[in-house]
Amino acid sequence: MSHAKLRLDHAHLLHLMRELLRIRVFETKCAELYQREKIRGFLHLYDGEEAIAVGIMQALRPDDAVVATYREHGQALARGVPMDRIMAELYGRQEGLCRGRGGSMHLFDRERRFLGGNAIVGGGLPLAVGTALGDSMQGRDAVTACFFGEGAVDEGEFHESLNLAALWQLPVLFVCENNFYSMGMALDRAESNPDIAAKAASYGMPSEAVDGMDVLAVEVAARRAVEAIRGGGGPYFLECRGYRFRAHSMFDAQLYRPREEIETWKEKGPIARFRHWLEDSHLVFEDEFTRLEAEVTDEVAAAIAYAEAGTPEAVDDLTRFVTLDEVPQ
Amino acid sequence: MNAPATLTYREALKLAIRAAIERDPRVFLMGEDVARYGGCYAVTKGLAAELGEERIRDTPLSESAFVGAGIGAALAGMRPIVEIMTVNFSLLALDQIVNTAATLPHMSGGQFAVPIVIRMATGAGRQLAAQHSHSLEGWYAHVPGLRVLAPATIEDARYMLAAALADPNPVLIFEHVMLYNANGELDPAVTAVDIEKAKIRRAGRDVTLVTYGGSLPKTLAAAETLAAEGIEAEVLDLRVLRPLDWDTLAASVARTHRCVVVDEGWKTGSLAAEISAGLVERVFFELDQPIARVCSAEVPIPYAAHMEQAALPQPEAIVAAARALVRPA
Repeated sequence: MSHAKLRLDHAHLLHLMRELLRIRVFETKCAELYQREKIRGFLHLYDGEEAIAVGIMQALRPDDAVVATYREHGQALARGVPMDRIMAELYGRQEGLCRGRGGSMHLFDRERRFLGGNAIVGGGLPLAVGTALGDSMQGRDAVTACFFGEGAVDEGEFHESLNLAALWQLPVLFVCENNFYSMGMALDRAESNPDIAAKAASYGMPSEAVDGMDVLAVEVAARRAVEAIRGGGGPYFLECRGYRFRAHSMFDAQLYRPREEIETWKEKGPIARFRHWLEDSHLVFEDEFTRLEAEVTDEVAAAIAYAEAGTPEAVDDLTRFVTLDEVPQ
Repeated sequence: MNAPATLTYREALKLAIRAAIERDPRVFLMGEDVARYGGCYAVTKGLAAELGEERIRDTPLSESAFVGAGIGAALAGMRPIVEIMTVNFSLLALDQIVNTAATLPHMSGGQFAVPIVIRMATGAGRQLAAQHSHSLEGWYAHVPGLRVLAPATIEDARYMLAAALADPNPVLIFEHVMLYNANGELDPAVTAVDIEKAKIRRAGRDVTLVTYGGSLPKTLAAAETLAAEGIEAEVLDLRVLRPLDWDTLAASVARTHRCVVVDEGWKTGSLAAEISAGLVERVFFELDQPIARVCSAEVPIPYAAHMEQAALPQPEAIVAAARALVRPA
């Protein structure tokens, strides 16, 4: 691993490791809670892709906006959305971020400018162009980070949105989480040209393919991209190549990919790899990992306890928020 | 200015847009050919030169992206007016309108409002054939979270926009293509309209003719013919297609005991069907006759003038339907 331009101080490395672990442990618990029928509906887990969200979020400021996908627990956690409110949402409780109206695929957090998990593939891209347009028309230098999978590249919205963002030179960081399968459809079976970064470049914006299994590589690329965007350079595209370790959702027998392929990717997984590097470089020591793991396990346990203690929204409030009386400030 | 001003529906819309943009720095308008071309129906002609191409903004032919961008800009604090050239093209933005604009406030548990106004032309009558002649406002009126307006008069064309922009929720405005050249006067004493209530455009005791938008002039013409026969028809202009003003509807039908619904949409699954069912639920025992409907023939609207006219609701059909209720054979 070679990472120029990044401050590799001990606290930051530990922070990254903690963020990766928080997502992994959270997702592991979610799978368990799904089996126990505490969580229902569609559940898309982020194991294997943690380095993308964690790396990207390091480059963002609180006033930046994040547009997420339906596999967004990791994006939300890395953005700083409170874990207990996320878990309460998965439980469908009124203490949840969206008072039980959104669920796993629709986490929103106004305070952290987290504009929601969008469950329509490609549906978030136009929205991100719009927040960037709104910010730039109001003279703010905020950036919108827009997450989407490689499946979104199949959609017209991808092309329309990249074009519009480049045409109007808007501050959007496009983050393609390329895990090579849109549900069961392999990238090279869906795209005539599977080089996504090249497609983005054709719209006239800087575009890079990044190793999405390497949190430091993602962070370096994200910082470079955000600096360019804030400097007035218009949109920037990062294709972060990774892999989804688990099934697409909880209803997926994974008939479309060989088991060996999954195992091969797991060996170069973002957490194992980062940990080995930290150990080999004598940057973080065994007892620190142990402490980190214990703290993260406690945090997840507390989030579950919070959700368990949560209350259901009153059914009388079913139609509350269908329309609003004022724009929340 | 005391004398009432005479102007066209188109000019009234333009006055509304100019006033809104001059009043509020957050308001801007974007859409296809709105700036340099001056708008497909010339509503915004000259406005870009006056207000600048930042506020009157030409977009590429990317309905999904620019409608989504409007939603995003609204989330970022702007008050966008998005012009979709016609309702026919809004189908390319259906995902953004239905899956995003209409759902976000509720799905986010009230954290995010979407204060966007989307204007579009609707309806047939200009020999533009099937793909340019749809009346799909009834589809949109099906969707919770949206407010749907159909200005049928010069006054509503002039003042509905300001009310729509003041609404914290997404508002769709349908402008019938046959109304743009309509002439009328503005009462200088009126400076605002509500977007809540239906309006009785002509009082009558014998039958209620319920209509909206481009069918209002036809329905008023039918009422004149009926008056010559001694039948006094009440003409109710819905104005707001969602949420429907049931109080005014039910009160009128309770007075006249007969009702004809005139709707340029197709009859099957139409707004006219909803109004009929809703009235039956509310004032069934006030009805002296079954509710009648005059809708478009169930065909894609054809090009040839005689066939197009045969497909659309006509005053003669409205007269016949009303006469059959008031003077059954």
